[in-house]
Amino acid sequence: MMFDWDRWQEIGVTITRNKVRSILTGFGVFWGIFMLIAMMGFGSGMHNGIMKGIKGFATNSCFMFTRQTSLPYKGFQKGRQWHIHNRDVAMLLHAIPEIDVLSPVIFGEDSQKNNIVVDDQSGTFNVRGLYPNYEKIENQFLSQGRFINDIDIQQKRKVCVIGSKVYEELFPSKINPIGQYIRVNGIYFQVVGIAAGVSNMSLNGKTSEAVSVPFTTLQQINNQGDVIDLLAMTAQPRASVKNMETRMNELVKVANDVDPADEQALMSFNMEENFKMFNGLMIGIVILIWIVGSGTLIAGIVGDSNIMVVTVKERTKEIGVRRALGAKPRTIMSQILMESLILTTVSGLLGLCLGVLTLHLSDRYWLQDAENIFMTEPMVPFGAAIVSTVILLICGLIAGAIPTMRALRIKAIDAIREE
Amino acid sequence: MIRLENIHKTYYNGAPLHVLKGINLEIEQGEMVSIMGASGSGKSTLLNILGILDTYDTGKYYLNNTLIRNLSESKAAELRNTMIGFIFQSFNLIAFKNAMENVALPLYYQGVNRKKRNKAALEYLDQLGLKEWAHHLPNELSGGQKQRVAIARALIAQPKIILADEPTGALDSKTSEEVIRILREVNREGMTMIIVTHEQSVSEATDKIIHLKDGIIEKIC
Repeated sequence: MMFDWDRWQEIGVTITRNKVRSILTGFGVFWGIFMLIAMMGFGSGMHNGIMKGIKGFATNSCFMFTRQTSLPYKGFQKGRQWHIHNRDVAMLLHAIPEIDVLSPVIFGEDSQKNNIVVDDQSGTFNVRGLYPNYEKIENQFLSQGRFINDIDIQQKRKVCVIGSKVYEELFPSKINPIGQYIRVNGIYFQVVGIAAGVSNMSLNGKTSEAVSVPFTTLQQINNQGDVIDLLAMTAQPRASVKNMETRMNELVKVANDVDPADEQALMSFNMEENFKMFNGLMIGIVILIWIVGSGTLIAGIVGDSNIMVVTVKERTKEIGVRRALGAKPRTIMSQILMESLILTTVSGLLGLCLGVLTLHLSDRYWLQDAENIFMTEPMVPFGAAIVSTVILLICGLIAGAIPTMRALRIKAIDAIREE
Repeated sequence: MIRLENIHKTYYNGAPLHVLKGINLEIEQGEMVSIMGASGSGKSTLLNILGILDTYDTGKYYLNNTLIRNLSESKAAELRNTMIGFIFQSFNLIAFKNAMENVALPLYYQGVNRKKRNKAALEYLDQLGLKEWAHHLPNELSGGQKQRVAIARALIAQPKIILADEPTGALDSKTSEEVIRILREVNREGMTMIIVTHEQSVSEATDKIIHLKDGIIEKIC
């Protein structure tokens, strides 16, 4: 009978009256599970950290900007400064149907110190000109007001969306900024919204630390003709970003008399590729964690089993006496197996709890305060905890198997034999 | 109670060793018998066979009119538990169990519940004058006390026979006398008892002395 209270008591007595032996036996599995849980938790923490970094950015997006040419082409010397132009946007949309959103971006002229001014408050922030559809590429998370809209673009309105950090710095009195005027690079703009921007990624400064104005307005203020500083785009849901990027690269170069073989003239940053890389990295880390974790666990089980084998040898006399007094082989077997099972389960569950506690405490007292840490919210999925518990039970059985076989070989006669 | 017919036993560890060369023996209910013999005479082997701890090659062994032969481990364990009480030279108490728990152990293997078997154990300890020591661990007891605990353990299952292997081997002469006196008392209440010893004083206390020599019974007196 499995649930014979008396047998449990017998096992309990054997375990608790041999404390040192029990602790030594359980330690391997305890440490194995602890390591597995801690590593899984920190692994998921890294995953969360990376995901937080790119949160808000469309994962199928791509960014493109020009640099000096490195090859001479069509009579132009190498080293030429060139730009993407407004006409290229229309051309690309027409030529490449895979493009979902195409949003040109322009940056304010090299800003001087304290370029943003409100009454007597001032600060230095990046200025960028955006189209309304930019929000589909980088989520803006507006806490107040609205984002730039089509009419702003059409009428080249002097309105702006300020980042949450900009608001904190320029409006220390915490008044409602909507409708207020602020001076941006010498020109007054009306505030229409506050954008929080959760991402840690930055395109010429984080959203929370930038002032966004209508693209057309800034292009006119910059007075550089129809140049575009940056193209941001996403691909259609099922299209390959890589293909889209390659074709755009060719078309933009051809349209602007840049050698298509010139790899330095047009730089692009492909989120999908990076995202895939992150994912690959994470899968690698998870595999590594399981290999190392289960390795530690297996080492623990082998250690436990080893100690139990030694223990059984040490207990020859005890087991022999039990046999002489009428313990059947089955009784001895179940006793040793249950001892092993209970020891591994209890020590494993302790390891599990301590592992979770470690994750919780490190999150609470270390990661929360740390800035720019690559890890956030380390935790173990509930499923993984259940899987570990099942692993533990199996571990207990495996660890107990060899010692049990050894114990069964002990005959009652061994107890009587005097050394 | 015990009948041995032409028992042979050979050990095959390296060179074959013919230990018992035809033992014929009958022991009646309530007898107290000692087995004596030089080292290597086969007395321990005989005791092991009597205690169903070891098997024999040929012959017949009847215990309480049951033929003991080709038993499974479980069946042997059951018979040991109910029919035989063991007393060992080095006591063989379980170190992490107190006196009461040690005494109660045979009943545990009979499936008697904890409360009942501890009560029974206390009664037996009381009979042997160890009631106050019931909750002490074996290493807190003297040699004589340990052997008395072991005697209580051998008695608790109310076996048919008690087998004692050098019960006084680890005791001084004074406690030896005491242990022998206790065994004698137990015997007087009707328990069949077989004692293996090499001490003259012990064997003199028994009804019958069986002298073993080179695997055969030399004489019974």
